[in-house]
Amino acid sequence: MTRAFIGLLKHDLALAVRVGGGGGMAVLFFLIVVTVVPLGVGPNLNLLATIATGILWVALLLSALLTLDRLFQADYEDGTLDLLTMGNLPLELVAAAKAIAHWLTTGLPLVIASPLLGLLLNLDERNFPPLVLAMLVGSPALSFMGSIGAALTVSVRRGGLLASLLVLPFYVPVLIFGVVAAGGASAMPGASHQGLLLLGAVALASLVIGPVAAAAALRANLR
Amino acid sequence: MQAFLDMGGYAGFVWPAYAVVAVVMAALVIASVNDLKRQRRLLAALEPGEGKRKRAAARDGASSASSGA
Amino acid sequence: MTDMSDLTATQRFHALANPARFMALTERLVWPLGAVTGLLIAAGVYFALFASPPDYQQGETVRIMYVHVPSAWLGMLGYMVMAGASLIALVFRHPLADVCAKSAAPIGAAFCFLALVTGSLWGRPMWGTWWVWDARLTSMLILLFLYLGYIALWATIEEPARAARAAAVLALVGSINVPIIHYSVVWWNTLHQPASVFRIGGPAIAASMLLPLMLMALGFTFFFATLLVMRMRAEILRRRVRVLRLAKAEG
Repeated sequence: MTRAFIGLLKHDLALAVRVGGGGGMAVLFFLIVVTVVPLGVGPNLNLLATIATGILWVALLLSALLTLDRLFQADYEDGTLDLLTMGNLPLELVAAAKAIAHWLTTGLPLVIASPLLGLLLNLDERNFPPLVLAMLVGSPALSFMGSIGAALTVSVRRGGLLASLLVLPFYVPVLIFGVVAAGGASAMPGASHQGLLLLGAVALASLVIGPVAAAAALRANLR
Repeated sequence: MQAFLDMGGYAGFVWPAYAVVAVVMAALVIASVNDLKRQRRLLAALEPGEGKRKRAAARDGASSASSGA
Repeated sequence: MTDMSDLTATQRFHALANPARFMALTERLVWPLGAVTGLLIAAGVYFALFASPPDYQQGETVRIMYVHVPSAWLGMLGYMVMAGASLIALVFRHPLADVCAKSAAPIGAAFCFLALVTGSLWGRPMWGTWWVWDARLTSMLILLFLYLGYIALWATIEEPARAARAAAVLALVGSINVPIIHYSVVWWNTLHQPASVFRIGGPAIAASMLLPLMLMALGFTFFFATLLVMRMRAEILRRRVRVLRLAKAEG
């Protein structure tokens, strides 16, 4: 079973890299969003420094959302998903493998890019380590919870927007804890540490809830 | 009476609040009742007995029209 | 048909699984429920607007509380009904459970919306702004998004059986997340408002205010029940129409 899991993971990674829509393009989108914000709120460096972690997290959310709808759809359309349900790998692990692939090709590149983009927003260098750590811990939650939205709308032709609408409320705790863990503006000292712990808890929970719910949603759509 | 309508100066908030509640709840009722009525109507039109009667009536009407032409 | 009073509670529950049985049983339910609703709300409005005193601090705006708080309660109750019915649909496969969930959603969403609007109208004279990102209002806003997403999913997936299963999964995931979301919003709120926050409802509610509040809350609950039964009946008919139409199309 482990071999099947790794095999599926490698297959999806290769697909994401070859077909595109992963890695490079996600980072590019991330960059564009970060560029657009100062254009909208003005170049005041103090203001940007205050909202930098918030902007970076929101941009991360949006970038994750945009790549979600194709998570299961390609396999659904060509019948591969039906085959996978009949295989010896439980559907929950199939969903987990795809979510991990999504994180590796979308979340991880964005996390690595975030400090550099933080420079554009006048983010203090001292905030870099907590920012990267928070995003490393939180970004898997985006992929795993996001897979639920992708699975629910897999049978819908242009399901991207609906998937985003469904998943965004579940992203709220990740966003809130993630910004504070990254050292975002807050009134209380020690909040950053508490935020990171809460973020970790949410991320761990998503590792379980995500694949279980996504598998249930896939089964609902496949019958 | 005027004092009541005035709501201590907060009339612009209290009355719209009650109004929006009344409007939304009424709209819900109307929509639900209309939906129920519509489904009853559609079902009545589709039930087999109704359909056969309609088809028989149409056939009779067509034959009498052609014979009367 | 066996007399319902001879059956145990579980047997009655399963008897209701038959749509035709449900339709027969609820046929004479709607009007009495509606009548009770009307009486309760009329009594509630009477006490809310006429026969109760203005608040010591908030003045006459406290009367908005009599519609705002019950709306908020019903907004939350609606989601619990939706989630509970979805659980029964997925786990026990009760045939009418998904009908119940689908029917409850718009009613709950409407009350959620009303809670937000009346909350805003209450907040403007109290806090000076139309909207405040406090924990309760923010949580209620996110709850509205959860409702709208659920309704959108039903509307987007065409086949009722498939939509029912997907929607049930969504409702259950939502109900797991609601406490987490609410906690995160409360936590977020305390981080950004070190000063004392004006709490909706203020200090303990006086007895004279409790009566209209409870009457309105009960009235809204019966309103929910009445509309739920009505909408479930319409949904059952809608599915029958669909089946007949498909049969006709196939020849």
